Formats: sequence, C-alpha cells, structure tokens
Amino acid sequence: MSEPAPLLNVQIDGVWHQFPKGTRVIEACARAGKFVPRYCYHPKLSSPGNCRMCLIEMGMPKMGPDRKPELGSDGKPVINWIPRPQISCAQDIAEGMGVKTDSPLVQECRHGVMEFLLINHPLDCPICDQAGECELQEFSVQYGNGGSRFREEKVKKPKHVVLGPRVTLDDERCILCSRCIRFMKEIAKDDVLGFASRGSHTYLTAHPGRVLDSNYSLNTVDICPVGALTSTDFRFKMRVWFLKETKSICTSCATGCNTIVGSRQNVIYRQTPRENDDVNSAWMCDYGRLNFHFVNSKDRLNEPQIRSGSTLENVNWNTAFGRAVEELKRYQPDEIAVIGSGRMTNEELWLTKKLIDGLKVTHYDIVPRTGEADDLLLNTDRNPNTNGAKLLGVSSDEPGVKLRRIIDGVSSGQIKAVIALHEDLTQAGLSAPSLEQLGALIVVGILPNETTKRATILLPGVSFAEKRGTMINAKGRLQRLNRAIQSPGNAHEDWEILRDLVQQLTGENGVYLIEDVFKQMAENVPQFEGLSISKVGDLGVRLLGVAEAAPA
Amino acid sequence: MPAISRTPHPRERRIIFKNIDREGWTPDIDCYLKDGGYEELKKALNMQPQEIVSEVKASGLRGRGGAGFPCGAKWGFIRPGETKPIYLICNADESEPGTFKDRYIIHQDPHQLLEGMIISCFAVNARLAYIYIRGEFPLGAKILERAIEEAKGHGFIGKNILGSGFDLEIYVHRGAGAYICGEETGLIESLEGKRPYPRIKPPYFPAALGLYMSPTIVNNVETLCDVKYIVRIGGAEYAKIGRPNNTGTRLLCVSGDVQKPGYFELETGGVTMGELIYDICGGLKPGRKLKAVIPGGSSAKVLRADERYKIKTKRPDGTTVEEEIGIDDIRIDFDSLAAVGSMAGSGGVIVMDDSRDMVWALNNINEFYAHESCGQCTPCREGSLWMQKITARLLDGGGMPGDTDTLKSAADNIAGRTICAFGEACAWPTQSFVGKFRDEFLAYTSKNGNQQG
Repeated sequence: MSEPAPLLNVQIDGVWHQFPKGTRVIEACARAGKFVPRYCYHPKLSSPGNCRMCLIEMGMPKMGPDRKPELGSDGKPVINWIPRPQISCAQDIAEGMGVKTDSPLVQECRHGVMEFLLINHPLDCPICDQAGECELQEFSVQYGNGGSRFREEKVKKPKHVVLGPRVTLDDERCILCSRCIRFMKEIAKDDVLGFASRGSHTYLTAHPGRVLDSNYSLNTVDICPVGALTSTDFRFKMRVWFLKETKSICTSCATGCNTIVGSRQNVIYRQTPRENDDVNSAWMCDYGRLNFHFVNSKDRLNEPQIRSGSTLENVNWNTAFGRAVEELKRYQPDEIAVIGSGRMTNEELWLTKKLIDGLKVTHYDIVPRTGEADDLLLNTDRNPNTNGAKLLGVSSDEPGVKLRRIIDGVSSGQIKAVIALHEDLTQAGLSAPSLEQLGALIVVGILPNETTKRATILLPGVSFAEKRGTMINAKGRLQRLNRAIQSPGNAHEDWEILRDLVQQLTGENGVYLIEDVFKQMAENVPQFEGLSISKVGDLGVRLLGVAEAAPA
Repeated sequence: MPAISRTPHPRERRIIFKNIDREGWTPDIDCYLKDGGYEELKKALNMQPQEIVSEVKASGLRGRGGAGFPCGAKWGFIRPGETKPIYLICNADESEPGTFKDRYIIHQDPHQLLEGMIISCFAVNARLAYIYIRGEFPLGAKILERAIEEAKGHGFIGKNILGSGFDLEIYVHRGAGAYICGEETGLIESLEGKRPYPRIKPPYFPAALGLYMSPTIVNNVETLCDVKYIVRIGGAEYAKIGRPNNTGTRLLCVSGDVQKPGYFELETGGVTMGELIYDICGGLKPGRKLKAVIPGGSSAKVLRADERYKIKTKRPDGTTVEEEIGIDDIRIDFDSLAAVGSMAGSGGVIVMDDSRDMVWALNNINEFYAHESCGQCTPCREGSLWMQKITARLLDGGGMPGDTDTLKSAADNIAGRTICAFGEACAWPTQSFVGKFRDEFLAYTSKNGNQQG
C-alpha cells in the first residue's frame, strides 16, 4: 500500500474540514455536506468545466509580509477571496483554501446558468424519458426561476436522431455538457461523438460516416444528465418513477458488472450499471445490459412436465420429482451424467454437487461459454460463475474437458440418463438424435429449446432476475444477485428444485432458506468461511486471490 | 489591398509601420535586407537569450493583442531548464471588429514579423514556431510562406541559424474562420487539429501546458515586431517612448464616423481621444456631433461623449490628484482607458456620431458575438444569442416592457462566469450600451407599452 495522501485544511462555508490531498473541490464540498450542482462534471471523466453550474467562490490564505498565512482571531488563516467565481470541478483542494458554496454571488451564478440552460430547452418533460431522473429538472427546482423571461424563438435542432443501433438523440434537449463525447473518447476508446456548428447552434452528432455502435454506447445514455440521449430499447416504455430498482449483477459474462434492474409489475424494463470500483467502475456493456428480454418472454416454461409418449404433460411438482427419482434409480451411477451451468449461482452449484455426490455420478461438468473479450469489461468467459463451479467442484479446472467424454458416452449409448441444468445440450455438442436415445433426460430450464423438447422430465426454473444467490466473478469477487421480479407460473427457484431432488434421492433434509444453503457452504468450503449472504453486501467481497484494478 | 492612409500623419511615430505604404517598398527579402533587415537578428544571436528577455522586461512592452499583458513577464513564465519542447506562436488571427493593423504588417512587411519572431524564439528557446493566421487572410498566408522560404534561403530560419547553433522552423497555419481562434488557448486547440474550445485556466496556462501540453508563448504580430525594435535600441530606450507602464508605440485603427479613418502609429498615450478624432482623423462629418467611442475593438466598453470621468493623475512631485475629464481628454493608452472603465484592447477605435442608433449599433455587435461564440460554455453560448435576439426584436418594433433589464441582466450573468474572455467580450458591449444609453433602449421597449425596464 502506498502512503495515504496528507490531509489538507479547507474552509467550506465557514467551517474548517480536512480532506486528503488530491481531492477535487467539488468532491470536498459534497463530503462536507455542501453539494454543488453540476452537469458536465463526472468523477470518472476529465473535467472540461463547460457547464458553469458548479461555480463557487474560492480563496487562498492571505499571505503576510513574512510569506506566511495571516491568522485571524480564531487562529485560522484569513482568506483572500478571488473576486471572480471559480469552477469547483477542475481544481484540487489546497492547504488553507476557502470555499463558499452558498453566497449571494454563487446563488446568482447558479440561477443565471439555470436560466441559460433552459431558454432553448424544449421543456418537453411530459414526454421525455429522462423526466424523474433529470438533473435539469432537479436543479431547476432548487436553482431555477419560477417563470421564463425568454420571449424569443428557441433554436431548432435535429430531433430523434439515430446515433447508432441502440442510442437515439434529441439535440434540442442536449445541454452540450460533453459527458458522452468524453466517455466515448476516454473510456470506450472510440472517439465517435463530437459537436458540430457553434454557439447556441452547436449540436451533438457522430462524426461523418461513423455511427455510435460501440458495445458501450448505452453508458452515454446513463451519464447524459438530461433527456438528450435515450436508449432506443427503453424509450417511451415506462416512466422511470414507476420502476422498482433492484441491486443485482449482470450474468452475461464473468466480469459480473454491478447493476440495477428496473422493473414494474414483474416486467423488467431496463438494466443500468451500478458503480463498483472493484468491478466495473460506473459502466457496463450494451450486450450485458440488454440481455434481459428473454426473461419477459411469453414462452417461459411455467409448469413441471413429464413425458407421455410424444408429448409433455403438465404435472404437479411432487409428481415430477417422484418420476425423476424413479427414472434415475433405473441407472447405474456410471450411466448417469449431470451437466450443470456456469450461469448457476454458488448455492445452486453447491446443491448440484450434492446431487452428483448423492447419485455417485462421475460424469459431470459445466458447459463452457466463451466469446471475444475487449479491453474494458467484456470477459472471454461468458459464464458468470465459472469460478464458483470450479470452487464447488461441479467443474474441473478446465471446464468442458469432462463434457467431451459425456458427449462420447451419450453417443455410444454408455450414458443413458442426463440431468441438464440450464443448458441446451444441442448447443453444447450433443446431437438431437442422441438425446432422443436417452432413457431419461431431466431438464431444468426457463425457455423451450431443442433439449427441453426432448426432455423426459422438464422442471421450470427461474432467471437471474427472479432469484437470490451469489456468484464469483473472473477476478474472484463474491457478488450477490437479488430478486427483482417474481417467477412466472409454477416455476421454482433452482436451489429449491435441486434441494428437493437431493432430498428425494438421499433423504437429506434441513434446508429451508437460501441462507441455509450458504451456511452449508460456509461450513464446508474454506473460502466461504465466516461469510453469509448478507455479509456479501451490495458491492461484494474479495473471495479468491485474483486481483486486478477496475477500469477507470 | 488599397491603403487608407498613405502618408503618415505628422503626429505619428512610425516604428513598426515604418515600411507600411512606403514609396518603393516591397515585401520581398531583398528590399528588407537593403533597408538593414535582419541586422537585429544578428545582434540578438550574439546576446544571451536571458539578456533579450531582460531587455524586453525592461522595455515595459505590453501585449498588443488586447489584454496588454507584460510581454517580458509572459516570457518569464518559461521555467529555466525546461525539458519539454517550447513553442512560440504568433497570433495573427486578427479578428476583433474594428481592428486592422496586423494585416498591414503581414502584407507589406512580413520579414519584420519573421525577424521579431526568430529573435523571440531565440530568447525563449523555442525551436518550433507557428504563425496562426486567420482564414480570411489567404493572401497574407501566401506572403508569409514566401517570406519564410526567402528567410530560409538566407539562413535566417532552419538549422544552425547564421552559425549560432540555434535551430528554428516556422510554419504558417491558416485558421478556418472563427473569432475564438484568436483566444490563445482556443488557438492552441485549433493548431492541434481540434475544435478551438478555449481551455480552462487553471490548469492550462499556455506557458506551462500549452501546445501539445508543452510550454508555449503566444504573442501578437505587433508585439513580436516590437521585440525586434527593442533589440535594436535596448529596453531602456524603448521604455522612454510613450508613458510609464504604457511604453512604445501603438497601432491604432480608427473607423466609423470620422473624416479620415485609417491606421496610425502613435506613441502610447501620446495623444488624447480628442486629438485622435479631431486632429489626426480630420474630425467628424459636417454638422455631426460625437455620440460615442468604442476605444479598443468592438468588445471594449463604449464611452459616451458627454460622460465625465474621474481619474487619478500622478504629478511630477509624486502626489496624485483626482481630475474630472471629458472624453476628448482621455489619453489613448492602457492605463488611461482602463481608468475610465474601458480598455485599450486591440487598438480598434470605433467612432460614432449622433446619427447612430445605439440599439442598432449594439445589435450589430451582438450579431457578431452570437455568431462567433464557440458554444463551449453555457453563459456565453446561450447568452450571446439571447442578447442578439432581444436587440433584433427591439429594432424590429417588438420591444416589450422589461426587455432592457432582461438584456442587461443576461449580460451580467455572462461576464466573469465563462471559460475564456469571450464572455466579457460579448457582455461588455451590452452592459455598457444599455447602461449608458438606457433611454434609447427604453424608447424601443415603450413603443408597445409603458416605459418600465
């Protein structure tokens, strides 16, 4: 660890505080409980100082003839105030600095800037997606004027501009803060956005011949302080104030970006990144963000089903479990394979391992899932919990190695029964005809696919948004999923399905809550020792010794 | 380009403009050399760079671009032993309405500028220099490029200049037609190939974090020419020209309602406004009375002809007295114009007689600034166009009660709150016009109602 930064004395609105050297003035003010409004400033981006909303009064210690600060009657430095207001977003604090965040001049500056920002703004809040989470609205309440003195025609600019496949722009709403431009240049490393024209006619646009098609494009929508950049996927779908916000994590790759799932009445409307400097900074990729629509699918599997000839029939859970045990008992352990998923939670994987051990099965693995990585967040490993599968023994150190033997075993007829958990086996190397030869195919899933169609027993599980549990990301961080919405129909949480299967097969009992499952892990797996689901917290904990810094 | 005043006025002291409109003078290097050109460069190369900086400091030379910042102090910001490359940029983006002095140097006496630049580069140890010339001067750019080639041919630019071991390259860079490129950090951004958005200061002071984040000196064309003259006569002698703290000569560009508008090189503070208008520029047009003067380019605050100014004057015995003077008695120098609440700025003196409608005049200025605001920061971007729309509406007969106060308050909300001095440049005209000619504005707002605001 490097030396902690020395503390500097700063006077904010008459009260002296101490902050580490290197703290931005605007951040110091916020920490002192004196929030300074801002539009262009974003802690993860460079500070252009263009919005002028964060103007404050600033001063430095008055120096005496001996070049030492003059001290006042309170023994503290006397401050020499700079007559011009200063921006607080681009300067670090200095020893003895004075700041006024609420003086008449500062108030006047804020009212002036608010008025300027609104004169050409369309004020179309009733139909604007940003309404309810718009900083223009929020600061208007605090610093705006009751009426408008603007009697002129507003500047006309392009509307509903398709900037890229996922982002739609309304230039009239844009306050030209340049956050999106800086994000694309500094974080996404794709300098695709810029301003054209000048003065009040300036507008945001993609460079000629370019489109905003980066896999990180939707972060610009998140950081847009107004309704200029909107998500083409989300726009006009739901008023944001109706959204229930659930803290969770993205399960589309092993990075495990922290998220907020926005839902209403059991429908997910959007996912947005949640800041976690140990994982994803304040960002997430578009691929992960938009990978939730399947949850809302009309085709979701709602009922347990068992095969009757060529069709699957709805049954109740007890019947399904009974039938599953009956089928499994027909086979020797080496005739059974369990194919788990790196998309399952630790708790589910723990119970899967119990199932494997209870059946004394030796053929088991998870299905590896890879894709091209980028330099920012997207990981090669598209399974969010490979580390969990490895740690809990459902996968070897090399996921997929044993899967190849299972495929061979199924093809040769040596393996006669397969339990498939959240994986379409036809996508994992098994052919549909070979699945049809199986004596038993017990499938847990949420959507119909080529495997579910051939199941002998089909057990409807739930999606990432409908369950609680933990996962271990690529960097070894233990993180938590939270339930955002209820699962459809008679679907059961996967840990419950697995617990019931284990119970039916082994008679083992005593697990009533997901916390109990975690407790079992904590008692048996050294890495989980002393932890509980609640101790994992919103930002997760470092579990395995794989450490890397998060991106900017 | 047709010259306006071909023969220098007897009151002029032509140093920088010595060769402007001179009989038989051509902008080529042979003509310049025949006249003793590049002798100061030879002299300078035999001096220590620090000596030249000291001479410039001693000369009291203040920047001629508009802000009047002491040139020697600016050069002194370059840290001794600087390891990054140091750049010098000649700001030839002469764009302030009412200002037309640098173009004559560029067109008629380009080698004077080059010589001043080479000396200045040697003084601050810059090995690469740029002349940033406004896009509207295509001929000027050609002339400068030709002059650079000529100077290279004579070994004044390039490797090991005149055997001194000093290397220098000078490039001409043409702007693309934006006033903001005259703002030094906007200019630097433009030179780097970006939109000319002025940088925030702190931290981006050019002398520390300028072109390519390296120490950079940006000087006006006229200032760099002055450097050559300072090398010739020495800083102390130069300081005797003009008045204390307002040394040297100034190129004044007089336009508007005078009989003989034009450019004049005068000792700084050597003439009063009255002398400039009535003696040098031949007075107003017949039957007209002076109404107002903008003394330092269109962004300078307007002076009203019948205003009385209280200024403090130092007497020879060291005491100061407060004097009340009228517009005619204002000396044309940095300090005197600042003392009356305006500025010497870029040397553009715009004279308006009593035929001028001040709302019309302000709208004309507002149109310029609304068009030229770069749009980077909120107050200037939104305020400049708003002010223009109000003055345009007033002229159009659409004035309403409250407009005058709104106009003034919009300007108040710009000045002092922006990234660069453009905020002041666009706010000062409105603040001063509305403040000083309020009745004329009220007359427009009362056409459709009462006289309030």
